[in-house]
This record gives sequence, structure tokens and C-alpha cells, in this order.
Amino acid sequence: MSLTNTPQQMDAYQKYTARKGLVILVLVLLIFLAALIALNAGSIKLNPYQVIKAMMGQGADVAEIVIWQIRLPRILAAIVAGVGLSVAGCVMQNNLRNPLASPSTLGISNAAAFGANLAIIVFGAGTIRSTGADAVNINNPYFVTLFAFAWSMVATVVILLLARTGGFSPEAIVLSGVALSSLFSAGTILIQYFAQDVQVAAAVFWTFGDLGRIAWSEVIILTCIVGLAMVYFLLRRWDYNALASGEETAKSLGVNVERVRMGGMLVSSLITAVAVSFLGIIGFIGLVAPHMMRRVMGGDHRHLIPASALMGALLLLISDTLARTLVAPVVLPVGAITSFFGAPLFLYLLARGYRKQ
Amino acid sequence: MILKVNGLEFEYPSRPVIKDIQFTISQGDFLAVLGVNGAGKSTLLKCINRILKPQSGTVLIGGDDAFGLSRRELAKRIGYVAQHHDGLRTTVFDAVLLGRKPYIRWEAATIDLKIVQDVLRALKLDDYALRYVDQLSGGERQKVVIARALAQEPKLLLLDEPTSNLDLKNQLDVARLIKKVVEEQGLAALVAMHDLNLAMRFANRFILLKDGEIFAAGGQEVMIPENIESVYSVPVSIRRFGDVPVVIPA
Repeated sequence: MSLTNTPQQMDAYQKYTARKGLVILVLVLLIFLAALIALNAGSIKLNPYQVIKAMMGQGADVAEIVIWQIRLPRILAAIVAGVGLSVAGCVMQNNLRNPLASPSTLGISNAAAFGANLAIIVFGAGTIRSTGADAVNINNPYFVTLFAFAWSMVATVVILLLARTGGFSPEAIVLSGVALSSLFSAGTILIQYFAQDVQVAAAVFWTFGDLGRIAWSEVIILTCIVGLAMVYFLLRRWDYNALASGEETAKSLGVNVERVRMGGMLVSSLITAVAVSFLGIIGFIGLVAPHMMRRVMGGDHRHLIPASALMGALLLLISDTLARTLVAPVVLPVGAITSFFGAPLFLYLLARGYRKQ
Repeated sequence: MILKVNGLEFEYPSRPVIKDIQFTISQGDFLAVLGVNGAGKSTLLKCINRILKPQSGTVLIGGDDAFGLSRRELAKRIGYVAQHHDGLRTTVFDAVLLGRKPYIRWEAATIDLKIVQDVLRALKLDDYALRYVDQLSGGERQKVVIARALAQEPKLLLLDEPTSNLDLKNQLDVARLIKKVVEEQGLAALVAMHDLNLAMRFANRFILLKDGEIFAAGGQEVMIPENIESVYSVPVSIRRFGDVPVVIPA
């Protein structure tokens, strides 16, 4: 091999990677734009000037409360949860070599719902407050969150144990996720069947993914976990590329396949467990966002991971803004919106031609 | 000497796959591993770079014990091309850049990009650099995978049936390419093959595997009708057309 340089080709390659950087930049700008719109949207009408003043701490008291205590944590939660759910899906799809792998298809979300039902119905964490519009109340949210988290970790551990000690192949892991998923749904149905109707109402309400219930402290916890997970995933991005070329090829490229796969599963399950415990079930983000970006960016995880993360954030933020404004003043559960728009979008992506990743 | 394999054995719980394998390869060797389906060719290749863990035996690569090296260090010495491979939807350049994986910590350095470029040029793939791999023909794709293995800057190439599924022209192209890089870059290649004619035309050394054991090993002199018949259970004769030996099944 000669070591002479051909600058044109190098330039072409750098231009090509720069284009991918541009897509990422555009996504960041779109998220900013969506966040601004979301800050302005809502039952209490504020004009952009009032919003800016409130942000700076110089607005009217009501405006400041609305912005700082209600809208801002909600918007940040949408961005961070969108990032988390989407990268979790992106990594699971690669590690399990299955385009259908996502936080909700592996039973982790259903396990969280089961835990929440257990807490609300069996351990009485949910009751009625009044007979009015607020008939549903969860009087011990931390208890419910902890239960949801504990059960989603149970599902995670079962799947990881099956994968590790059972020597399950990626395909078998996906299938066992489906089995676990229906096991936990069945458990939830049984609990609900023997519950009083108000308890069922509280439990069902919890299951609807809803960003409104998140508080600042939880936003911070979620941000830390998703942030650390992003660093981990980005450190592993070359390993994921190697893994996509097949297990044997990955090994021959120096990748410790088992460790990379288990690590990816553990971290993405953890993100999912935390997000679902705080917010309820939010479907389709982990499926749609990575697949959209695979089309645009190709399968290279150097670009795919950040792009999927941003697309997840954008989709969840838009969905949540729609949930708040579509039939205002009623706020729809965002989980319903993501699934409602996610499913047709996913079908559209499939119809545009499906390629094995 | 690049590779020295001694007493290598691998067995699945029910049946042995390779037994007491012993051979060496030196710089510039194109060693063809021949034998029927299931004779243990792929297993032998996979044991050498630890995709499979052999039950016993030693593998020395450039004097180092292959089982004592980390995967990353091993990947700097041995490039491997699997029999079947899927890939990411990436460009040819990125697919070959993946071969720099053992050297990259956080991001590919200029030297990595340069090596990829040189490999692409050497394999005449530079015109395809920014095309997506899944838009290429089978022959071009095979060259991309070999290019990725070369980007690892290995001392040894392990190629598992690199010419299967290729048309006549691409079979010749790929075999020529392997011979060329082995000679020009001072590598060694261990190539599992089915096509005896292609092997005899391009390889300089041969291992005939039968039921997981080495039936015969050496230069052109081991490629005689008696050996081939014993290994493949098909009577053959060998004719020469000019320089080119041709195996003709009876």
C-alpha cells in the first residue's frame, strides 16, 4: 500500500460525515423550537414576552409558577424521557438483532405497570379524593413509583438471567420478553378483576403515560440516569457497529460480545424502568424514532445514537404538546398520543420498504 | 513464522470436530484448507482466533500465545472474514473503517482514515467509497469485507470460503487479490476453500482435512489424485493445461 494521499476522496468523506452532523444540528434546533412552542401552549394563555419574563424570574407570580413548576419540568421530562426511551430502543434493536426490540416489547413496561397496580390496588396506595372530576387520586406516588421500578427490574433480571445462564440467543431473549410481557399483563388483569372500581380507575390512570406527574426532583434523577446511559452508549458505539456485522465478526474485531450485549441490555432496561416508573407507559417512541433515523442516517451508531436520541426527544415533546392542546383544557395522556400517531407512522415506514438492519 | 498451531482439539459435547491439528504458516503463504462439508475447516479457523475456545492445543501468533492475548490485541494480528456476514447499512468507507476498531479508542484518527483510504485504493474500491454496501454486487461486497480485514493491519488473514457464492470472474478476482496482498504485504492467509482448481491455481500450501484430522499437508506435491480421492470419496484425475492444474472428477 502506498501512503500517498488523495485529498478529494478524504474531502468527500468528510463532507459526507458533515452532512450527518447537519441532520443532528437541525434536530437540536427543532427541539428548541418545539420547546418554545410548548412553553407558550397551555390552558393559561401567556404571550411569548410573559414567558421570557417568567423564565428570567421577573414575570407575574402566576406566570412564574406556570412556567417554572408546571411547563418547564414537563418539557424537560419530555426531552429526557424521549432521549432515554429512544436510545434504549436503538441499542436493544442492535444488541438483540431484532427490529422489534424496544422498551415495551421486552416486558419491562408491563412489569412496571404490574408493580404499580400491585401498589395501588393491593397495598392501597390509591384511593378517591372526591367524587368530582378528580375522582382518581394516587395518594402515595413514591410508593407506586418504587413498586413499578422494583417490578420492572425483576423483569430485567429475569431476562438477563435467561440470556446469561440459559445461554439464550438474541432471538430467544426477544421471545422470552414477549412471554414475560403477557405474564405481567395477565397478573395485572387478575389484580384489577378483584379490585374496587375506584382502585381500578387509579391503576388504569397510572398506566397511561403522563408527563404531568413528574416533579423537578424526578426530572433531575431521570436526567442523570439518561445522561450516564448516553455516555455509556456512545463509548460503545464502535462495538455496536461491529456487533451488527455478526457475532463472529465482532469477536474477530476484538469485541467482547457477551459483555457488550449484557451491558447494553442492562443499561437500556434501567433507563426504561426509571422512565416508566416516573411517567407510566409511553409506547412506540423506542420503536419509531430509531427506525426513522436508520432511514435517514444509515445504521452507523456513531450518528445513529445521537440522532435517535434527539428524534425521540422531538417526537415525545411534540406528542406531549399535542396532548395538552388538542382538546384543551382536557390534557390527554401522552402515551395514547404516541401510540396513536406512532403506529401509523411505523406502518408507513414499513410500507416504504423494510430492510433488515 | 507467523502462525504455529500445535495439538489443537475442539469438540462439541457429542462429537469431536477437530483433532490434533498441527501446522505452521510463514510470511507469504497462501494456505488452502480443503475438505468435505463438516470436515472441520470453519471450526479450525474459528479456533485460531478464539471465536471458539478449543479444549486443548496451543496457537502461537508471531511468537505470542493467542490465548494469552486480549481480544483487542488478537484483532490487531488476525483479520477474519466469516462465511456469512450481514452488515450495517453504511458506506463502503465506514464498513472498512470498522476494521480499525481494535485501534480506535474514542474516535477514528487521521491515520485510521488514511489506512482505510489506502486499502480501498489497493483493492480498487475507491470509486465506491461513499456508496452504501447494500447497493453493491456480491463480488464487490466480498472485497469490502476483505478490505475491512486488511484495515486491521493483520499478520494473518483467516478467510472462510471467500469465493463461494461468487461468479467465475469474481472468484478469480478475489483469489488473485488474496495472493497479491499476501505476497506484496508479507502476510499469510489461511483460506478454507471448496474449489480445488482455484486452490491449486493460487495457493502454495495445502491442508487436506478428513474427519477433523489432517490427512495430508504440504505444497503442490500433496495434491495428488490418491489424496483427493481419499478425502472427498470421489475418484479424480489431474490434468495440466499449460501451468494450470485441473482436477477432473471421474
